[in-house]
Amino acid sequence: MAEVTLIRAINDALATEMARDPSVCVLGEDVGVDGGVFRATEGLLHRFGQERVIDTPLNEVGIVGMAIGMAMNGLRPVAEIEFSDFIYPAFDQIVSEMAKMRYRSAGQFSVAVVLRAPSGGGIRGGHYHSQSPEAYYIHTAGLVVVMPSTPADAKGLLSSAIRGEDPVIFLEPKALYRTVKGEVPQGEYLVPIGKGRIVRPGDDLTLIAWGAMVPVAEKAASAAAGEGVGVEIIDPRTLWPLDIEMIETSVRRTGRAVVLHEAPRTCGFGAEVSSLIHERCFLHLKAPVARVTGFDTPFPYSLEKTYLPDPERTLRAIRASMAY
Amino acid sequence: MTDPEILSVLRPDGTIDPAYDPGLDGTELQSLYRHMVLLRAVDEKAVALQRSGRIGFFVPSTGQEACSIGAGHAVRGGDWIFPAYRDHGVGLMRGYPLAALVGQMLGNTTDTTRGRQMPNHWCDRSIRLVSVSSPVATQLPHAVGAAYAAKLRGERVAVLTTFGDGGTSTGDFHAAMNFTGVLRLPVVFLCENNRYAISVPVERQTATRTLAEKARAYGLPGVRVDGNDVLAVRKAVGDAMDRARAGEGGTLIEALTYRIGPHSTSDDPTVYRSEEEVAAWRVKDPIRRFAVFLERRGLLEDPAAEEAGAKEAVRLAVEAAEGAPPVPLSSMFEDVYADIPWHLAEQRDALLSGKR
Repeated sequence: MAEVTLIRAINDALATEMARDPSVCVLGEDVGVDGGVFRATEGLLHRFGQERVIDTPLNEVGIVGMAIGMAMNGLRPVAEIEFSDFIYPAFDQIVSEMAKMRYRSAGQFSVAVVLRAPSGGGIRGGHYHSQSPEAYYIHTAGLVVVMPSTPADAKGLLSSAIRGEDPVIFLEPKALYRTVKGEVPQGEYLVPIGKGRIVRPGDDLTLIAWGAMVPVAEKAASAAAGEGVGVEIIDPRTLWPLDIEMIETSVRRTGRAVVLHEAPRTCGFGAEVSSLIHERCFLHLKAPVARVTGFDTPFPYSLEKTYLPDPERTLRAIRASMAY
Repeated sequence: MTDPEILSVLRPDGTIDPAYDPGLDGTELQSLYRHMVLLRAVDEKAVALQRSGRIGFFVPSTGQEACSIGAGHAVRGGDWIFPAYRDHGVGLMRGYPLAALVGQMLGNTTDTTRGRQMPNHWCDRSIRLVSVSSPVATQLPHAVGAAYAAKLRGERVAVLTTFGDGGTSTGDFHAAMNFTGVLRLPVVFLCENNRYAISVPVERQTATRTLAEKARAYGLPGVRVDGNDVLAVRKAVGDAMDRARAGEGGTLIEALTYRIGPHSTSDDPTVYRSEEEVAAWRVKDPIRRFAVFLERRGLLEDPAAEEAGAKEAVRLAVEAAEGAPPVPLSSMFEDVYADIPWHLAEQRDALLSGKR
């Protein structure tokens, strides 16, 4: 197996699935000749042609709406939005059309669209290139929300998303595109939707993190280990439907949980995870579930490093939970 | 209408302009008429059902029958339909069963879409009639995608999408028209300009003289047609669908018509338009106009009997469906995803066991 970056793994998944299934198409701004602003679609135009690798006009409503129509008529479109911050013009198409078509047609039409979008901060991109919008989509009935944190998961989950029957919001941690490398199986490779991954086992506290927060969690867990605290890190990978069983099993054993995410705190997904743990593991808990999150402010440009949770903030939450 | 820019086929005396005769045979002409009469009968019954509290809501199409029936007749097997909520006539003309239409209004177990949406939100995969949405013009970009898929596979089919004058102000209209032009897709955009988006007149939607001229900005042809003339609509939509099937790209059609009734059963149109204006359009009634032509051709003997037959068919359909059981509670949790995930299974089980 070769060690590749997360962005290469995304590219590998797209190429592998397009080679396997002629109904898979890629569309979006700059996905063709340019190969995508982050190069996720590099080489696809040359290999699969402009009919399946579609440079669209600059319009998110058009991209998402067109993908919905393509899916209803038998294609498997993978639409790219250049930054998840740019999705909002298409929000209606996502929440009222893509997410609801199966329900409102009583299963006559389904919309197997994968909507890929780079997400999260850490690239000095300011407000419009850094936000973490996962909670909007998790809150929307009918959507699957995925966010990988390793190259192998990126390939396996994107491939599964493309083959699935539900619309998927596939959020890619752009900060990790080129900063993490990992072994990725060659050829067809699937990671099941809805199954989490235990990043690191531990007995004293469960730390739940996704996307670019997983490496932060790992650093915090290493530091905690130095203080004699065994942290179990769970990366849900699929944010919704969540692998609640994995989290429940872990927290029942550790009795402590911290949820870590970049997005703002209020009504962030951490609130839901915390609530689920409290509802399901209350008598096993030794401390209230803690949250380490971005602040309830717009994403700041100059103070980005302060805004984003880091290992130090995470470690403080771990210590507080242990000392509760 | 005598404006040379507006395609018109039916003349006031019941003759037609031979230059634009869509060339339908007697049976087809009678079918157009019967479906227009049926559509009007559905309107009358549905409004009565709403007024008596038996359905919650309805969007009538009285006055616009020529648009949806004429357009529906131009659709062939393999074509796709992405309609607006006022265009149940397109589906009816394509074979969407009256029983299904009535069942959808009632939202009980006779509804093939399981009571998921309010009346006027039809859907029938078997005729490629795609589920209707309430937000205006959201179906237009979907038509683009369906057309793209068809073109990619080399199918000679066209995609019809319908909307109103208000829809031309939306971003979805712009996106869909632009994508269709750039990607040269077989989409026919039928804009039924009925002069009002609920209360706002078309002059408040656009500063352009016509809606059809917007097509130029997207590199598409735009045509205007008398929307109360079923043969003119059939001709304009039919020609545009033929062009689309032949790989010659999309068309914007502006059909000039008028909504005689309210926007919906929740609307009071006397607030925003005069009785005189409505009366002036009543005399242009699309069904009566077409009847004059059919009678002259000897294709219509007894209009009153046609109307009575349609009303009876609708009455029987309602009677057959109205007593059906309500949709089961558990159906609420189905079709959200392809399979029911754990959280919905939990919520369903809690509801069914009385723990909600």
